Amino acid sequence: MTTTVPVEQSDYAHPEKLVSTQWVAEHKDHPNVVVLESNEDTLLYSTGHIPGAVKIDWHTELNDPVTRDFIGPEAFANMAASKGISPDTTVIFYGDKSNWWAAYALWVFTLYGHEDVRLMNGGRDKWIAEGREITRDVPEVTQGTYPVVERNDNTERANKAQVLESIGELPLIDVRSNPEYTGETTHMAGYPQEGTLRGGHIPTAESVPWATAANEDGTFKSRGELHELYAENANLGKTDKVIVYCRIGERSAHTWFVLRYLLGYESVRNYDGSWTEWGNSVGLPIVVGPQPGQAPS
Amino acid sequence: MTVKTPQVLQEIIEDFQNMYEQERLELLLEFSDNLPEPPERYAGHEDEMEQVTECQTPLFLALEYSDSPDPEVTIIISAPPEAPTTRGFAGVLVEGLSGQPASVILGVPDDIPNQLGLTKALTPLRLRGMSALLGRIKRNITNHLA
Repeated sequence: MTTTVPVEQSDYAHPEKLVSTQWVAEHKDHPNVVVLESNEDTLLYSTGHIPGAVKIDWHTELNDPVTRDFIGPEAFANMAASKGISPDTTVIFYGDKSNWWAAYALWVFTLYGHEDVRLMNGGRDKWIAEGREITRDVPEVTQGTYPVVERNDNTERANKAQVLESIGELPLIDVRSNPEYTGETTHMAGYPQEGTLRGGHIPTAESVPWATAANEDGTFKSRGELHELYAENANLGKTDKVIVYCRIGERSAHTWFVLRYLLGYESVRNYDGSWTEWGNSVGLPIVVGPQPGQAPS
Repeated sequence: MTVKTPQVLQEIIEDFQNMYEQERLELLLEFSDNLPEPPERYAGHEDEMEQVTECQTPLFLALEYSDSPDPEVTIIISAPPEAPTTRGFAGVLVEGLSGQPASVILGVPDDIPNQLGLTKALTPLRLRGMSALLGRIKRNITNHLA
């Protein structure tokens, strides 16, 4: 598939996965581009969004309403088509909170093999801070055509059993805040009562809170700075396989994007069960305190 | 103390319940848009208001009481425009409860958020945030009366 939508050059490993607000301003009306806004706060889109952008709601549109999992292939095809997306569409994601939920939605699209997905660097806040136009008008969408495609859970997603097998074998990155990592608390500041029974982290996981990858304005740090953070400080080095996790997989989708596309690690899997599964599961090993800890013998 | 929903709040709840799910979010957005700005004297003094830490976004609460054994309670809430859902909840509680006597507010059922019919559209975490806000208002009143 060749896309006619231009790539914005940068020195990141996969420049084709990231675009600037300026790029979006110039290309958002391209016939092969669909811009999707994905926020934590579902009402935020309605208060104003990039003209032409379509809302995607992670809670009601990406999660299965019954099973704790993502929507199935048919639901995904219907959802994508309803947003004007076809398999060769260039889909640009952006959102609030430095793109947590945008990265999460982009990651789910990746599980479904959608090829041309890109993140708008800096997200919603940067667009607004730059004084760019926003509107409450909801665009009329021309229905796309999307085939039913099986989701591939093998290359970008990890499950509990795979994480358990990986302890001591592969590097794990815990992207939650420090008090969550040490076990002092089971939730990030301001998000209490999330119902996890045990605090701590998966043995051997290095702590790199997701936000350390972002600048003040929500954009990603430079490739050099990111390399220092992950390859050096978190000891990833040149490994070819990494697993990342957080609380439910949204903050770690942000880090997955950084490792996979900005630094170019070949195999990065997001464990979306994350701490709300691991910290509640019977019999799984955990470590409390600031040290990564040892693999259980 | 009787558990009873005052009429104004009851009418808001019925407005929500009489709508389709998507329209309920639009109504919540209206409440968000219409949440009154805190009075001038609170401007820049949010730190003197009570922070509701159970909510996902910074949200500040102040209650003012008339001079009476069962005082009328004025509810003042400040929440940023980047948090429209939180503002929407705040708007429902301000419009539905502000100006009511303390005894009436203390008698409001704790499960009000669930009665708005938003349990599918919003995450449980969000709904708990609204319950927490109502809980804070009640706790503040109880402390004031003690």
